[in-house]
Amino acid sequence: MKAGGLREGDFRIPSGCAVAGIMNEDGKRFNGEKIVQAISIMRERSNGLGGGFSAYGIYPEFKDYYAFHVMFDHEEGRHGTETFLQESTVVVKSEAIPIRKQLSMTDAPLLWRYFLEVPKSRLNGLTEEDYVMRLVMHVNDSIEGAFVFSSGKNMGVFKGVGYPEDIGRFFRLEEYEGYLWTAHGRFPTNTPGWWGGAHPFSLLGWSVVHNGEISSYGINKRYLEMFGYRCTLMTDTEVIVYLLDLLMRKHNLPLDVACLVLAPPFWRDIDRMEENRREAVTALRMIYGSALLNGPFSVIIAHENEMIGLTDRIMLRPLVIARKEATLYMASEEAAIREVCPYPDRVWTPKGGVPVMARLNEAAAVR
Amino acid sequence: MALVKHDARGLSFRELNERLHRLVADGIDIIDLVNVNGHRYIGTGLAKPVRLNIYGTPGSDLGAFMDGPEIRVNGSGQDAIGNTMNSGAIIINGDAGNVLGLSMRGGKIFVRGNVGHRVGIHIKAFAEQVPRIIVGGVAGDFFGEYMAGGRMILLGLDRRAGQPVVGDYVGTGMHGGTIYIRGKVEEHQLGKEVGLVEMTEEDYAVLQEDLAEFTACFNLSLPEIMREPFAKLVPLSHRPYGQLYVY
Repeated sequence: MKAGGLREGDFRIPSGCAVAGIMNEDGKRFNGEKIVQAISIMRERSNGLGGGFSAYGIYPEFKDYYAFHVMFDHEEGRHGTETFLQESTVVVKSEAIPIRKQLSMTDAPLLWRYFLEVPKSRLNGLTEEDYVMRLVMHVNDSIEGAFVFSSGKNMGVFKGVGYPEDIGRFFRLEEYEGYLWTAHGRFPTNTPGWWGGAHPFSLLGWSVVHNGEISSYGINKRYLEMFGYRCTLMTDTEVIVYLLDLLMRKHNLPLDVACLVLAPPFWRDIDRMEENRREAVTALRMIYGSALLNGPFSVIIAHENEMIGLTDRIMLRPLVIARKEATLYMASEEAAIREVCPYPDRVWTPKGGVPVMARLNEAAAVR
Repeated sequence: MALVKHDARGLSFRELNERLHRLVADGIDIIDLVNVNGHRYIGTGLAKPVRLNIYGTPGSDLGAFMDGPEIRVNGSGQDAIGNTMNSGAIIINGDAGNVLGLSMRGGKIFVRGNVGHRVGIHIKAFAEQVPRIIVGGVAGDFFGEYMAGGRMILLGLDRRAGQPVVGDYVGTGMHGGTIYIRGKVEEHQLGKEVGLVEMTEEDYAVLQEDLAEFTACFNLSLPEIMREPFAKLVPLSHRPYGQLYVY
């Protein structure tokens, strides 16, 4: 019996979700209480079958090492994974992720974190990131009962089955300080919800929280597989993370161009563009047709230097943005923002398919 | 007249709405709700002409299935405001989100600021029941989608430079009712089922009356608003999809 019982794909239930994000563009760090407060206001959008957070800037003392957060169904999974990590990296530190035992979370997996250094001699021509990506794919695909759910530097994902505010307390998020936090409250559509299937989904420095459904999952998955990504989680959101990693890290597209690939303008709008832009956008649609995300979605994408809010082109899922000085807020509902920032300088709804970005200022940016 | 002030902080939406229904049943006719933040369904199913003054950000489905009350929001609203409401008024000083007034059957919704996508989707009139949605700011895509009756008026006040009054796909699937938009609407912004027609004196008389009500609510100048021309949109057919599945 796997911990957590049924998994994605074993079962299907009909359909909602909450997303929230807060980023201080000066890189000023704040603890996890705010994001927990914000997401908890949207409780009706979740049903207790998944909650999670991503936090950036939380491991300054280990910022040069890849921080792996890993969940294990059993001790054998842990031993197998640790042996594999010791063979492939230098494990600088390993410890159980501190948790607060809560009665409502009796089926929690074993939760560990590892700070890893990749020896140059191991790369064999691969980039360091490609090497780490392969480690993640290997553990998730081949080691039974083990799942790496966070693998970036100076960042971490915390997630599980439960309401997000309970997951936040479980992981003691008030003890961490980050300059960028995102959160998710899950209402699983189509699947039962397990610890690994909760959002955020993350790879290297990327993390994504998502409300909606990616109808193009099958096409996106097959496309990603051509580049060595393995979609093991049976959940649509996973493909967004890998697509971003592919488009931005491997193909070096700038962020706004990557967003044009994920949510491209309709052909009727392309027809009305001036020539240069029309040609460029047409080329993107031709080359990256299989990377287009179809279906209703609002997502908050986070990376060490930026936070991006994006909805599908006709905004079938909500997203509200607010700014107060150097802090940008995003959420499914305005109330979530008002709960932690009662008087923003500006509140607005973005246009469907057009990304809204928060970026770390020059001085604070991570190189 | 009996007035009560009620603090919503710490209450779930269910507790808050149960208390509201109890207060109304007890004969209270003006209720001030303070510290509202994200509470859903406020005013749902209330069927007496009471007045709710909301301070804060009410949650989605504000005034759903409402029949008679007047709700004033001193702040902004979220999504699905006035869902299938039958009569009464919802007046919002700030902005409102997506699918405002969906399936509305009567009454009025006035928003001082901007609104999101799919506002007025499938609003419908019958006999003397004519729902009205008036928006002071700008609207997103699919304004008046599948509109079947009633009136929607969009003013585009306080726009930033270059900001369009309305998004794309205006009146897609529209087959009844009238949309008035102050300022310029381009042909490419329209859905296939809707057309621009000349404004008549009768139209201006209707606008004059509706907007007198609207401007009085928000302390705006009626003559100033009427100074700019309006575009009138009507459906091209009453059964746009009549032939869709006919072989």
